[in-house]
Amino acid sequence: MEMSFQAVMSQVMLGLNNGVFYAMLSLGLSVIFGLLNIVNFVHGALYMLGAYVALLGYTMLGPLLGMPDYHMNYWVALIAAPLVVGALGIGVERTMLRRLQKVDHLYGLLLTFGLALIIQGVFTNYFNVSGDAYDGKPEVLNGVVNLGFMMFPKYRLWVIGISLFVCFGTWFVVERTKLGSYLRAGTENPDMVKAFGINVPLMVSLTYGYGAALAAFAGVLAAPIYSVSPVMGSEMIITVFAVVVIGGMGSIMGSIITGLLLGMVEGFTKVVYAPASSTVIFLIMVVVLLVKPAGLFGKEA
Amino acid sequence: MKHVFTRTTLLLCALAATSGMADSNKEVISDGVVKIGVLTDMSGVYSTLGGKGTQVAVEMAVKDFGGTVLGKPIQVIGADHQNKADIASAKAREWFDNEKVDMITGLLNTGCALAVQKLGGDKHRITMNTGAASTELTNKASTPYSVHYVYDTYALGKVTGQAVVQGGGKSWFFITADYAFGQSLEQNTTNFVTKFGGKAVGSVRHPLATADFSSYLLQAQSSGAQIIGLANAGGDTINAIKQAREFGIGQKGQKLVGLLVFDTDIKSLGLTVAQGMQFTSGFYWDRDDATRAFAKRFFAIHKAMPTMDQAGAYSATMNYLKAIKAAGTDDPDAVMAKLKSMDISDFFAVHGKIRVDGRMVHDMYLMEVKKPSESKGEWDLLKIIKTIPGDEAFMPLSESTSPLVKK
Amino acid sequence: MNRFVWIALFILGLLVPLVVYPVFMMKLLCFALFAFAFDLLLGYTGLLSFGHAAFFGSASYVTGHLVKNSGLTPELGVLAGTLFAGVLGYVVGSLAIRRQGIYFAMVTLALAQIVYFVALKAPFTGGEDGLQGIPRGVLFGLIDLNRVYSVGGHPLALNLYYFVFAVFCLGFWIIHRTIHSPFGQVLKAIRENEPRAISLGYKVDRFKLMAFVISAAMAGMAGATKSLVFQLASLTDVSWHTSGEVVLMTLLGGVGTVFGPLVGAFTVVTLQSELSSVGSWITVIIGSIFMVCVLVFRRGMVGELARLLKRPL
Repeated sequence: MEMSFQAVMSQVMLGLNNGVFYAMLSLGLSVIFGLLNIVNFVHGALYMLGAYVALLGYTMLGPLLGMPDYHMNYWVALIAAPLVVGALGIGVERTMLRRLQKVDHLYGLLLTFGLALIIQGVFTNYFNVSGDAYDGKPEVLNGVVNLGFMMFPKYRLWVIGISLFVCFGTWFVVERTKLGSYLRAGTENPDMVKAFGINVPLMVSLTYGYGAALAAFAGVLAAPIYSVSPVMGSEMIITVFAVVVIGGMGSIMGSIITGLLLGMVEGFTKVVYAPASSTVIFLIMVVVLLVKPAGLFGKEA
Repeated sequence: MKHVFTRTTLLLCALAATSGMADSNKEVISDGVVKIGVLTDMSGVYSTLGGKGTQVAVEMAVKDFGGTVLGKPIQVIGADHQNKADIASAKAREWFDNEKVDMITGLLNTGCALAVQKLGGDKHRITMNTGAASTELTNKASTPYSVHYVYDTYALGKVTGQAVVQGGGKSWFFITADYAFGQSLEQNTTNFVTKFGGKAVGSVRHPLATADFSSYLLQAQSSGAQIIGLANAGGDTINAIKQAREFGIGQKGQKLVGLLVFDTDIKSLGLTVAQGMQFTSGFYWDRDDATRAFAKRFFAIHKAMPTMDQAGAYSATMNYLKAIKAAGTDDPDAVMAKLKSMDISDFFAVHGKIRVDGRMVHDMYLMEVKKPSESKGEWDLLKIIKTIPGDEAFMPLSESTSPLVKK
Repeated sequence: MNRFVWIALFILGLLVPLVVYPVFMMKLLCFALFAFAFDLLLGYTGLLSFGHAAFFGSASYVTGHLVKNSGLTPELGVLAGTLFAGVLGYVVGSLAIRRQGIYFAMVTLALAQIVYFVALKAPFTGGEDGLQGIPRGVLFGLIDLNRVYSVGGHPLALNLYYFVFAVFCLGFWIIHRTIHSPFGQVLKAIRENEPRAISLGYKVDRFKLMAFVISAAMAGMAGATKSLVFQLASLTDVSWHTSGEVVLMTLLGGVGTVFGPLVGAFTVVTLQSELSSVGSWITVIIGSIFMVCVLVFRRGMVGELARLLKRPL
């Protein structure tokens, strides 16, 4: 196939669309890792849960409450899913992760891996692995926009816009506000922050909850684009891990930029040599490991 | 664990008793029971068009047959192969070795079907494939014990390819599921598109169960082909068609053609989206009184109309049991000889015949999706616009590469 | 360990196919060897690899391909698969040991994913269908591994079983020797205190890499053997679920114990075969076991038992 400018731009645009999901998920992983030192394997499952909150809110909540005509609005889902999943995350942190603070960090990875299997298994039992369509996309976001080089669905533009807003908003809060400075200090030296009278355990819980909520938010955004399936998160999480390794877990901005860039690189690869598109991120990871083992934005040597 | 220990005791008893009874295949019905295994996708992309519904159909057939054959009970067991060849083959091996399963049907997904059919050939057990599509099953991979019952990629490619090319769709771009089935369907369709005067300008492969088709669709769009041929099935076809609409592809100029489409796919897409689409099928529930009668009974249990896979599984089971009765034994060789010599004729198969290569040849249908205004009910989705006699639709034996065909 | 126990276990291994479905036993032996190989890394070197399926699976493809298409005899096929996994282990290991702890786990996971994609796309692997119909062949050109003996009316593939059992014993012996050699002592020193090992003058990275290569090769030997048993190499063998499974087996049985991986593999394989009828609830059960192990049971079954008996097992 010839490599027209149009074709390249279209695929890069789609890549950016995937990239915002990588960015949001790796951002959540980074925030959690920063404070809890845990690689949150269950992140993909939380993303999936977010999408299911939207789907089930739309299809099943009404009948369950005896109001068969009620469909949870997309905008409501966008708020509700992060709250529900965030609360669940806080529960997990308080009851389980907290007990692992004193042991090797690898146990945190293993615990969340087990949790991911449970969540995925339960959903596989009740829902189609091939996925169900989410029909609650708001009317306003239907249709396509002419970008000059391609017709791009309005909904996907919205996803790109809102995700960038959330990502940079998070960055701003963590890097530029007082609350953020406590967080960062908590990462470096929890005892000192405690001495300032900050409730560190609460801060840890809320951070984990926020990371979970972010994953759920991404899940709701994804629901109308991809079909909602029990395995949607597990397919995503491995790629996001690679993104995190490439970016280095040290920096929030690093996660965002790496996520966006890698999404676009992936899109570009689809035009140049399509079969490589699913491996290109992992190949980049190999190169980064050889050249800069701590990751592009990482601090750890 | 319980299992292992029961086996242990059983085997120990057997060991203690004698080893002289090892060769005791003089029974009419081996092990005193005819066991039919339904091994198919029960949870994945193809579960709606096959899945539990296939098992329901097989159980209906057993019940309709009377529940016994030659005085011995008939049992049906089912399992999910999750579209993984390793799970399918491990399950089938266990069924053949331990559960004394006599025949396996269903077998959606060519990868799984090839694995199980090969095993059946090695172990001399019958496989009656109603789900998978590849022509490979009746060619190089055919065994004396394999039957391919419902449809194949040759018939799909030929009937749909011819109809679309003759309707003006000359240049094709394929979006193909990247495994044996998709490749076979693309290959077969390309052959007929070329034969009838069209040409294939390109193709792109996607993994089974793809969530996001957008980049494949854009490639198809920029190829400029008139027809985007979807050489995939089930959830993949549905996703591709839906996402094409999202990007405004297939609405002006280019047209999407699903090469393997089931009633349940159309149901899930809705008539507004799918209207006017043409495809090939081996069965439609609303064809005549007999099909409607079966469909009604099936619907009462399964809450959906039967697809060709499900109806085919009923017919395959029924004819398998008839063959046992006629042969007077469930010995696989005798049953296969009967199956290949008897007429297959019921609500499902019109002018049916099982050939030496295992291909069940019967009438195929070119279908068109109704407009919403034409539909009179939830499942009133399609109309048959052409009936193609089996001998024209399926690959002639002269082209076959089956080791069973003597040339 | 008491010599008597070893002999008893060996005899048990010889007799067990007469009473338990041999295919089940062979699957168990393959996974147990896989878990032993994995534990060499986790239990004795302190490295958690989350990508060991790459070695298990790629060896099964290589062996399958060579036996099927190049007509290699089974023992040479298994040898080739093992060597391939060792070489792959060298490549992956050299990259992964640049990072530690959690990063090491993520890097191995991601590198294994590349292997997965290669298995999906490479011309000889059969993509989603897997590499099917691998012949079991004739061992040394003399012993037909397909030969089935009828015992009490049940056809038992005994030749194949004893071949698998021999491979298992060989693999186990190699791993056991490695652990109890001076080399193994250095590995343990690294696990306990890496900076100290460095200060004692050991080239820690070289030791880690060596352990990684042995572990990968033995995992490959397990995968290669499995491809002959099931006559199939498939994407499941290289997927990260398989990597997770071997972690579970080891963790459940007891990390760094002599019999832990065997007990863990036995438990998981039995669960899988006995609970196959419950469909994907098996994933839920496995996930739950994982969590219970991590939260309250970090020594694993054998580890806890050893603690109760106050002696190493």
